[in-house]
Amino acid sequence: MATIRLSVNGKARSVDTEPERPLLEVLREDLGLTGTKYGCGEGQCGACTVLLDGKPAVSCVTPVRAAEGRKITTIEGLAESGKLHPVQEAFLDEGAVQCGYCTPGMVLQTVALLANHPKPTDAQIVEGLNGNLCRCSDYNRIVAAVRRAAAGAGKKG
Amino acid sequence: MSTVNRREFLEIAGAGLLIVATAPLSDAQRGGGGGGGGTLESRLHIGEDGFITVLSGKIEEGQGALTELAMAAAEELRVPLGRVRMVMGDTEQTPNDGATAGSGTTPRTAPLVRRAAGAARGLLLAAAGRQVGVDAARLEVRDGVVEYGGKKYGYAELARSAELAAAYKEVLPANITVSAAKDWQVLGKPQIRLDARELVTGEHRFPSDIVRPGMLYGRVLRAPSYGATLGSVDLTEARKMAGVTAVRDGGFVACAAPTTFAAQKALAAISATAQWKTVEQPSSDELFGYLKQHARAQERPQGQERGSVEKGLAEARTRLKATYQVPYVQHAPMEPRAAVAEWQDGRLTVWTGTSNPASVRQQLAETLGVAQERVRVVVPHFGGGFGGKHTGEAATEAARLAKEAGRPVAVQWTRAEEFMWAYFRPAALIEIEAGLDAGNAVSAWDFTNYNSGASGVDTPYRIANTRARFVASDTPLRQSSYRVLAATANNFAREAFTDELAQAAGRDPLEFRLSQLDNERMRNVLKAAAERFGWVERRKRRRPGRGIGLACGTEKNSVVAACCEVEMDGAGGAPRLVEVVQAFECGAILNPANLRAQVEGAIMMGVGPALREEILFKDGKLTNARFAMYRVPRFRDLPKLDVILLDRKDLESAGAGETPIIVIAPAVANAVFDATGKAVRAMPIRGARG
Repeated sequence: MATIRLSVNGKARSVDTEPERPLLEVLREDLGLTGTKYGCGEGQCGACTVLLDGKPAVSCVTPVRAAEGRKITTIEGLAESGKLHPVQEAFLDEGAVQCGYCTPGMVLQTVALLANHPKPTDAQIVEGLNGNLCRCSDYNRIVAAVRRAAAGAGKKG
Repeated sequence: MSTVNRREFLEIAGAGLLIVATAPLSDAQRGGGGGGGGTLESRLHIGEDGFITVLSGKIEEGQGALTELAMAAAEELRVPLGRVRMVMGDTEQTPNDGATAGSGTTPRTAPLVRRAAGAARGLLLAAAGRQVGVDAARLEVRDGVVEYGGKKYGYAELARSAELAAAYKEVLPANITVSAAKDWQVLGKPQIRLDARELVTGEHRFPSDIVRPGMLYGRVLRAPSYGATLGSVDLTEARKMAGVTAVRDGGFVACAAPTTFAAQKALAAISATAQWKTVEQPSSDELFGYLKQHARAQERPQGQERGSVEKGLAEARTRLKATYQVPYVQHAPMEPRAAVAEWQDGRLTVWTGTSNPASVRQQLAETLGVAQERVRVVVPHFGGGFGGKHTGEAATEAARLAKEAGRPVAVQWTRAEEFMWAYFRPAALIEIEAGLDAGNAVSAWDFTNYNSGASGVDTPYRIANTRARFVASDTPLRQSSYRVLAATANNFAREAFTDELAQAAGRDPLEFRLSQLDNERMRNVLKAAAERFGWVERRKRRRPGRGIGLACGTEKNSVVAACCEVEMDGAGGAPRLVEVVQAFECGAILNPANLRAQVEGAIMMGVGPALREEILFKDGKLTNARFAMYRVPRFRDLPKLDVILLDRKDLESAGAGETPIIVIAPAVANAVFDATGKAVRAMPIRGARG
């Protein structure tokens, strides 16, 4: 056991836990942040995606000690005082949600993609999101949501 | 409804006037079956705040049932959709609407909700009529308000009537009229899912997100291979670990701990001591021979028969035969099986993801030895099922562990468990023999499906001599429902073989099909897809390494057709799907936005088994049970996708969660046949090399 200090969604958090425990489990079980999902435990589906210092990471295969000293953003940290993040708005407006279990990971992956490519081509969207699975297979509309988010960001910027 | 649940219910539905149940509803009262479908009070609650709460035993797993049923109620009550709330899939609060399966919510449950809402509107109008002293027929509701003589009467206000309270308890008559599709104000218009906001914010609690006070996390010991039985096991080491509960009850061995990590460690300690007896198991290499050898010939086959197949084949000018293989596939929903169980005063509550809450409740009662009345199953909107969650394995496991631990326990299956121990879509071996007559039309058709099922086994084509059969077989793996059951395998084989026949007849696949197709709805979707795709022109413009194909089918009272183009990779290996145009028709469309999502999702889900998915097994173990090896569709697989929805307001609405998946595999097979000249007879489709 060790005391691990984390910065989660802008707040300092401290947990006593095994340092090799997956970040995903600590977020869900110790910090009550259940928006981040378990999907496969092998970093193949992206349901557990969080942002570490703004970069996407699969939290199911990230030991919690590896997140120490880095800024962790989960889906719960995107909306600000009830106002949805533009990417969340875009998923909502496009209706790019079926069962929704992959959605938090998709949204965070999109946030990271748009930070790198504010005006992504379709090929960049496909490559950027290819690590995230949606078994409802709503890929067509998720691509549309990402396009919508990029267009919206452009308008506001 | 017990006092506690009544209070919980009011928390959701708000204080209201019409639900005054003081005793638990009997199953008969709850029943959402035929006729009028139970009492009004079992279906609708009108709150003092003017909100309507609709109750349904159906569940939401991403298919859009919640929004559709809310729209159905809003339509008939003439209230804005935002005023309707849904309570679903709770054995203590909702009527038993049966399993959420077989595309049944649209044709069976939506009409029940509409009739209940229509009846409530009628009662409220009558109350308004009495209040203002005019014939109710002269009044109407708009946006939830009756306006008369300059005064407005809302539902909540009108509902304060003793007559209404009495009427509310009566079983609904069957003859309630609902609004015609041409007059719909809410239904038929695209509506974004009402539950979408909680999903994009991560606030929604899926079954695996439920947390109860003092809850432990459970893990279950699994056999290393199918058929293996447990000899001895030692729980001592695990029980020494802090906060760990370990239990053995016959073949059930499991543990629970304050974290999943600790439970995993305890399970590893238990597993290290387990002695197993293994048995010989068939492997995927020998699967199709096994299914044929183990066919249960004594059982009466199911399927259609007309004319004489023997005579038809004997008289045919050309005879062709082929055998088709479809392997086992796994549903692999994003959320693996999950449940939280909690015992309180001898009563059990389980939150879980299942499409069949009533049956899981019964199963829990039997397994745990407790009366059904003391078991409550609550199904929060869960993370996908596709026919794969009709059962309640995690629910039972959590309940057994919670009983032993004396605390609530969560069980979520790992992905590896979900691959190996959830049931599979049945593998299929299909044999077809057919004959062409002197006019190059199909005159004989003999079709046998081994093992996978009778759905979609019949041919929609007009053929004088037909025999289509399903013959059950012993299955090496545990198998059950998957989106549209055997219709995917049967449509794949029939439509792929139809292109072989078309080629033998020297005819165009589209023209060949239409010449023997009487089903007007199928003809319409086939023509719509072909026209949008530019079938006739594209057949003339051939491109090297590319091929086009089409297929059509009907299932669950809906019809579908697709055209597609594939590109073969240079090495003659895997085909790449370039473009799909699919036309679908399911009667009067209830929610066009959700329908489009279902159709696009079904096509893309179907691309997996069409091109890659296949469960491989040897010595009772799966050899590719990981997403890294069992490759389901990803963004890179997305072709140019064009979906045409035909709206038939003159027809009853049919469900749409299944049928749109059946034609993608044969359309791809036919496109590969077109590109390579080599007929495709197996899924996944591997192109020239396969």
